[in-house]
Amino acid sequence: MKYLSEYRDPELVDHLLKEIHAIVTRDWTIMEVCGGQTHSLVKNGILNMLPDKVHMVHGPGCPVCVTPQSLIDKAVYLADEAAVILCSYGDMLRVPGTKKSLLEAKAGGADVRILYSPLEAVNIAKDNPDKEVVFFAVGFETTAPANALSVIHAQKAGINNYSILTSHVLVPPAIEAIVNDPGNVVQGFLAAGHVCTIMGMQEYVPIVEKYKLPIVVTGFEPVDLLQGIYMLLLQLENGEYKLENQYSRVVSEEGNPAAQQTIAEVFEVSDREWRGIATIPKSGYELKADYSRFDANVKFQIPDLQSMKDNGCIAGEILRGKKKPFECPQFGKQCTPLNPLGAPMVSSEGACAAYYHFSNIAVV
Amino acid sequence: MSDTFQLQCPMPTFDFDAINLGHGSGGILSQRLLNSGVFDVLKNDMLNERHDGAVFELPGKLAFSTDSYVVSPIIFPGGNIGDLAVNGTVNDLAMCGAKAKYLSLSFILEEGLPMTTFWQILSSIKMACDAAGVQVVTGDTKVVERGKGDQIFINTSGIGQVHAKAALGWSSIVPGDVILINAPIAAHGIAIMSLRSGLEFETSITSDTCALHHTVLQLLDEYGDALHFLRDATRGGLASVLNEIAKDGSQGIELLQKNIPVDEQVSGACEMLGLDPLYVANEGVFVLLAKADAAANILRSMQSNGWPQAAIVGKVVAEHAGQVIMQSSIGGRRVVNMLPGEQLPRIC
Repeated sequence: MKYLSEYRDPELVDHLLKEIHAIVTRDWTIMEVCGGQTHSLVKNGILNMLPDKVHMVHGPGCPVCVTPQSLIDKAVYLADEAAVILCSYGDMLRVPGTKKSLLEAKAGGADVRILYSPLEAVNIAKDNPDKEVVFFAVGFETTAPANALSVIHAQKAGINNYSILTSHVLVPPAIEAIVNDPGNVVQGFLAAGHVCTIMGMQEYVPIVEKYKLPIVVTGFEPVDLLQGIYMLLLQLENGEYKLENQYSRVVSEEGNPAAQQTIAEVFEVSDREWRGIATIPKSGYELKADYSRFDANVKFQIPDLQSMKDNGCIAGEILRGKKKPFECPQFGKQCTPLNPLGAPMVSSEGACAAYYHFSNIAVV
Repeated sequence: MSDTFQLQCPMPTFDFDAINLGHGSGGILSQRLLNSGVFDVLKNDMLNERHDGAVFELPGKLAFSTDSYVVSPIIFPGGNIGDLAVNGTVNDLAMCGAKAKYLSLSFILEEGLPMTTFWQILSSIKMACDAAGVQVVTGDTKVVERGKGDQIFINTSGIGQVHAKAALGWSSIVPGDVILINAPIAAHGIAIMSLRSGLEFETSITSDTCALHHTVLQLLDEYGDALHFLRDATRGGLASVLNEIAKDGSQGIELLQKNIPVDEQVSGACEMLGLDPLYVANEGVFVLLAKADAAANILRSMQSNGWPQAAIVGKVVAEHAGQVIMQSSIGGRRVVNMLPGEQLPRIC
């Protein structure tokens, strides 16, 4: 497949692995920020091909994983109690809420629909004028433009029975939160290529300068990842800290201005709770006051749902790279994809799911 | 193909444009539907008896299998629920080393199903039966109220005669066995998904539904007990079948990703939808475990008899019992696990 098979080329992979093995002289800890990168590393068996001295830790870039439980509970409430048509990306459905997941709500009769695009949800609203339609707007900067566009579309078309339950989070504040953590071990980052496709690279310049940390914007295929790791190791071994772009075939310096404008039209930066981590200042998006009538939080009187926060899941430590999934005492025992304690075990980008599905780790 | 049949055999005139509850009442409407529809199309000596069941004699060792078909949408690129229901049971019997001989056919129809759709499905059933050399000898039709079904559900059961040389079964599997598949994977699931609400995308991918017993019987003729185990990789795809094999016995499975054929369009659709083709359903793919020293010849037979993309995709090993481990295309190794539930599309 053009533009894909080249980046899965065994010879190129072999060449990059040799280069990596040749330059590493000491232990390094690298974080790949995005869950898509984590899955590619594990699924392709790359972790076992790297030198023992290169320690990959898995970052918070799994939007499903960092969505707080209270928001899952709200989505379940809207589907169950408020009888809305609750539309969501498929990934969110298995994430456990305090009482149940959206998949369980669906099985119980709630109208929960899996969509690929929020614009589809606007069409559903148009076709069902007597029902309220809510889209569970989850994601990083990558999904924000489409979610923003859905609101703009609904407004232009005069569709008033559409709203979004927003849980947008941003990558740069999360990187800073990880670096500022007293126990941080990460020495360099592979930044998430698709987020930078939208936002460009400039946001990362101050982080590189302030913390003297190398960052390489990296793609998702095996060759991308190995090249990104190589570029990062080269900087680390040479004592350098720069912002570099491995994913230049997709990411430009300035990103996608049209997408950024769409985001800026609808959303404003806000504090945001990250599941298992903390509330990080200025780390998410919420709808601007001008668009508050499309905000499900405003439109529906959602009561305090008494969301439970501690069930033994150590997602916070996993998402900050402090622990590997198999270091969790629940991993593969009380916590499995069929009976998950936390989102990283069920999301297709979750680190626990990646280890559970693809690693040669005996699970009970 | 079904167009050709319709030209030869135009739809008879029914009293109604759509199925109604009367068609399942056992009364005049039921009789008319059966007489002008089902019996006329599927006619054979045994069916023509119109008895409560079929009475027949069959010599030798027999295999018996049943399956229900609830696919949605009921008509999809490359087939419909009708040929699926015939091929599916014919294939289940083939996996037992048997040639399907007689089928039962039960319809559960939802009130409101257009008669033209029913006719199209019935025509496909006839075509699939003829292609497979199997007869429908008994059946049933029920109608449920609108909203109580999903247009049409079909159950077929089948009886087949087991090939004299067949020695297939779990106990025949030994470490060293080579794993072959006959065709590229994941086409059926993607063809279905391309029509699902919210996911519609344009593609020329068609379902791979077809009867597999001709191939299986030929291989049994040629290689007999060198064939150790057969399973069609339907729901849950190739990965699930291999996991069942690994988990059932005391052996492991080694899989070679680069050898697994996936059509380029199918692979592209999987990338776009965030699905792993290893878990996507097939309707015309079987997994064959064969004696190592016969594998190369078996592969050649398959490739020269209608399956040009047949491939050796792995082997049974004594190590890592219960686990399927795949060497990725780039040389890394990873476990291929059983899917915990349905594959759900990802966010980004």
